[in-house]
Amino acid sequence: MTAILTLDGLSKSWFGVPAVSDLSFAVREGSVLGLIGQNGAGKSTLMNMIGGVVAPTAGAMRWRGQPYQPTSAADATRAGIAFIHQELNLFTNLSIAENLFIDAFPRRFGLIQRGAIAHRTAQILARLALQADPGTAVGRLSPGERQLVEIAKAIHNDASLIIFDEPTTSLTPRETERLFETIALLRAEGRTVIYISHILSDVKRLCDDIVVLRDGVKVDEGAAADFDVPHMIRSMIGRDLAGLYPPRSAAPTSEVVLEAHGLTQPGVLQDVSLTVARGEIVGLFGLMGAGRSELARALFGLDPVASGEIRLAGAALPPGPRGRISAGMAFVTENRREEGLMMDAAIADNLALVALESFGRTPARLVDTAAIRDQTEAAKRDLGIKAGDISVQPVKALSGGNQQKVVIGKWQMEAPKLFLLDEPTRGVDVGAKFEIYALADRLAAQGGGILFISSELDELMGMADRIVVMNRGEVMGEALRADFDRTRILSLAFREVAA
Amino acid sequence: MQDISVTKPSRTSDRFVDLFLSDYFILYMSLAYVAVLAPFLPILLAPANIVNILSNMWPLLIVAIGQTFVLAIAGIDLSQGATVAITSVVGAMLITTSVSPDVLSNAPIWGSVLTEAGGPLAGVSSGVGLAILAMVVVATLIGFLNGLAIAVLNMPAFMVTLVSMITISAFAIWITQSENIARLPESFIALGKGDIVSVYFGAKDESQIARKVIYSLVTWPMVIALTVAVVAHVLLNRTVFGRQVLAIGINRKAAEISGVPVRRVIVLVFVISAICAALASVLYSARLEAGRPTLGEGAFLLDVIGAAVIGGTSLFGGKAKILWTFFGVVFFVLLSNTLNLMNLSSFQVDMVKGGVILSAALLDVVRTRLLRERTR
Repeated sequence: MTAILTLDGLSKSWFGVPAVSDLSFAVREGSVLGLIGQNGAGKSTLMNMIGGVVAPTAGAMRWRGQPYQPTSAADATRAGIAFIHQELNLFTNLSIAENLFIDAFPRRFGLIQRGAIAHRTAQILARLALQADPGTAVGRLSPGERQLVEIAKAIHNDASLIIFDEPTTSLTPRETERLFETIALLRAEGRTVIYISHILSDVKRLCDDIVVLRDGVKVDEGAAADFDVPHMIRSMIGRDLAGLYPPRSAAPTSEVVLEAHGLTQPGVLQDVSLTVARGEIVGLFGLMGAGRSELARALFGLDPVASGEIRLAGAALPPGPRGRISAGMAFVTENRREEGLMMDAAIADNLALVALESFGRTPARLVDTAAIRDQTEAAKRDLGIKAGDISVQPVKALSGGNQQKVVIGKWQMEAPKLFLLDEPTRGVDVGAKFEIYALADRLAAQGGGILFISSELDELMGMADRIVVMNRGEVMGEALRADFDRTRILSLAFREVAA
Repeated sequence: MQDISVTKPSRTSDRFVDLFLSDYFILYMSLAYVAVLAPFLPILLAPANIVNILSNMWPLLIVAIGQTFVLAIAGIDLSQGATVAITSVVGAMLITTSVSPDVLSNAPIWGSVLTEAGGPLAGVSSGVGLAILAMVVVATLIGFLNGLAIAVLNMPAFMVTLVSMITISAFAIWITQSENIARLPESFIALGKGDIVSVYFGAKDESQIARKVIYSLVTWPMVIALTVAVVAHVLLNRTVFGRQVLAIGINRKAAEISGVPVRRVIVLVFVISAICAALASVLYSARLEAGRPTLGEGAFLLDVIGAAVIGGTSLFGGKAKILWTFFGVVFFVLLSNTLNLMNLSSFQVDMVKGGVILSAALLDVVRTRLLRERTR
C-alpha cells in the first residue's frame, strides 16, 4: 500500500522548548493508525500542523507524494483531511443537512435547494446507519449521533484521511461500539484513519499500526499486533509503571501539626474535627458537595466558620489567608486557572508570589531581583518544571502537570508546616501525576503535614497514611492505611452505614 | 529535507508585530507624526511652541502616572479631575494674599477662611509648603475613601469614582461660588512656570534681551514631574508593592490566596492616584496664578486615561509601565498642540481626541491578542 501522508523531520518549538522534534513516519493509505502519548507528548501540536493551524519550524509533509504546506484549516479540508475533535464543531440550532452543507449550500436563483440537500444527506446517513431525518436539529441528537453527523460531514467533503481525537470521551459503551463499526466501514471504503486515544485497549483493537510519542519525539512504532497494553504504557512514559504510586519514604510522626475542633458553619460544615501530624498524608475523601473544598477554604481562612477552633503546631491561627501563610500553611486550590496561577504572568513571577515580601529589601522594599532569579531557577530545577526561560514564558504555555508544579513550587518557597492539596492531580496526565505524588511524599518526608483532598479513591489509597471521609459537611469516619477497604470507605461516603 | 526553520522573526509582518509590541511604539509614532506634520506646520518646531508643549506636558504626566497605578489593578479613577479642582481651591484659599469682596463675598468660605487680607497662611513664612501639604492631605483623604469603598465594600471602581467626581467637583464650585481665588504668592507661582535654566538663541552683543526670546529649558514643573515619574517607575517595577499591584491586576483571587494584602494595596493605589492629582494641581494652579474650582473638567479625564492607555497600559489590568505612560502623554500633548495650531475649535479637537482614544482602546485589544498568539 502507498503512503497517503508522509512526515519528514517535522519539528515545532515554543519559546525554545521543542513540542515536536524531528518527527518522521508515514500513514499508509486505507489503514487505521493509532497515535498515543501522554498529555504534552506533542499529539495536539502534530495535529495542528497537519490541520494547517500552526506552521512547523522545520521539516516537511507530503500528501499523496506531493509537498503539502497547509496555511489554514481550509487548506487541509481541500486536500481531503477531516478532523473529529473531542468538542464537536456543529451548529446545534441547525439541522443535520444544514450542518453538512454549511460551507457551500447548493443554490438556484439565490435560494437554497433544500430538496437536493436533504436527498444527499439522507444517502450519507443511510451509509452510516444513522436513522434520523436530515431535517432534525443537531441539538436534539445524542453525543454519539452528533459524532456520526461529524463523520457524515467528512464523507460529504470527500475526506480521504479522517483524524479522530479522543472520540470516545463523551460516548456510552453502546455508542462507542457503533463508532468502531463506523470506523471499520470507513476503512472498508478505502479511507485512512488516524485514531488518537488514551484508552489503549481500544487503540490495540482498532488500529493496524501504532506510533508512540513521548516529549515530542517518536519513541516507538510498529504493527498493532506487536503491541500489548503494558508495552504501550512503557513506551509512553519511558519506564515500567510498576507502581502507579511512589513508595512512601518516611513514616508519619506522632507530633500533631494541624488540629481542628468542632468547625461549624451552618449549611456548610457540621462539627468537623480533624488532625494532621508532621510527616503524615491525610486523605480527605467524599463525593461532590461533601464539603471537602469548603473545609479547606475554612482552614485557610478564606471562608468564615461560626464556631470551632483551628490550631497549627499548637498555636491559635491569625485570621485570613495572610495570617495562615505567616503561620505556615499552604493551599493548592482545586481551581488552578482561577485561584492558583496568574496565567498571563511569567513562570518566575508566579513562583515568587507567595514569598514576594521576603524578597523586599528595607527600607523601600526594593525587590531583590537577583535573589528571585536564583531561587526561582532553583525551584524550576528542583521540581523538574519543563520550560524555557522562566522569566519570560507565561505559565499558560505550560502543560497541566507543569502548571501544578509551579503552584506547589510557589508555596514551597516559604517552607510551610501544612499543605492543603485540593485535587492536585486534576487535569494532569499519568506521568505527571506520579511526579506530583512523589512531590507530596517528599514534602511529608521533610516533616510537612499534608491534607490531600481527592475524588479519586485509588490515589488516596495509594498515597495516604489515613483517609477521612466526609458527607454533607460532616466527618463520617476514617480509616488507617492498614485497614483501607474500598467498600467501607465508599459506603461511608454514600452515608450507607453509620461509622 | 526542506528547512523552513526560523528562530528569529524574519518576515516583515513579524518585524511589524515586534515594533507594534515594543515599549517604544508610541514614541516612534510621535516622531513619525512630527516628521509628517513639520513641513506643513513649521511653527510646530519653533522654540516657543516646544516650550509650550512641554509646559502642557508635565502636569498631565503626573496625573496620568497616578491613573496608571489604578489601571494596573484593572480599576479606573474618574475622580482625578475633581481632586485637581478641590485641591487647587484648598491650596489657593490658604495662601492667597488678598481677596476682592466683589468677587468672593458670596462664597460660603468668606469670613471664616477668606477675608480681604487673604487666607490664613498669607504671609506665614512657610505658608506655601503648608498649603501644599494641606492639598496632599485632602487628596489622601479622597483616595482613601475611594479605595475603602472599592476594596472593602467591593463596590465597582467606576461607580465609586464617578460619584466622587460629581460630588467633589460640585463641592469645589459651591464653596467658591465658581470664582477663581487669585493673588497667590510668587514663591508658589514659580512652581508652575519658574525657570531654572533658560536659553537665548539671539545675537550675543545685544544689550537688551526681550523676555519673549528667552526660552525656558529646565523648569520647576519639569523637575517635579520627572521626579514623580522616576519614583513611580521604581515603585511600580522594582518594589514588592509594585509587584503586588501587577499581581492583583492579573488575577486578584490568586493574589489573595497567595498572601498579597489585596485590600491594603487597592486602597494605597487610589491614594497614590489622588496624591498625583494634588501634585498636578500645584502645577496647574501655579501656572494659572489662581485656585480654580473648574480645573479638571470637561475632556481632562479623556486626556489622562487616553494618554495612559495609548502608551500601552492595559484597561484589563496587570500590564502597566510608567515609561509607556510617559510616551502616551508626549503623543497626546503633541496631538492637542498640533490640532490647536491647525486652528481647529476646541470642540473639533475633542472630537478628534475621542477618535484617537477609541483607537487606543482598540490598540489595547489588538496588542493583547497578538501577545496571546505569540505565547500560545
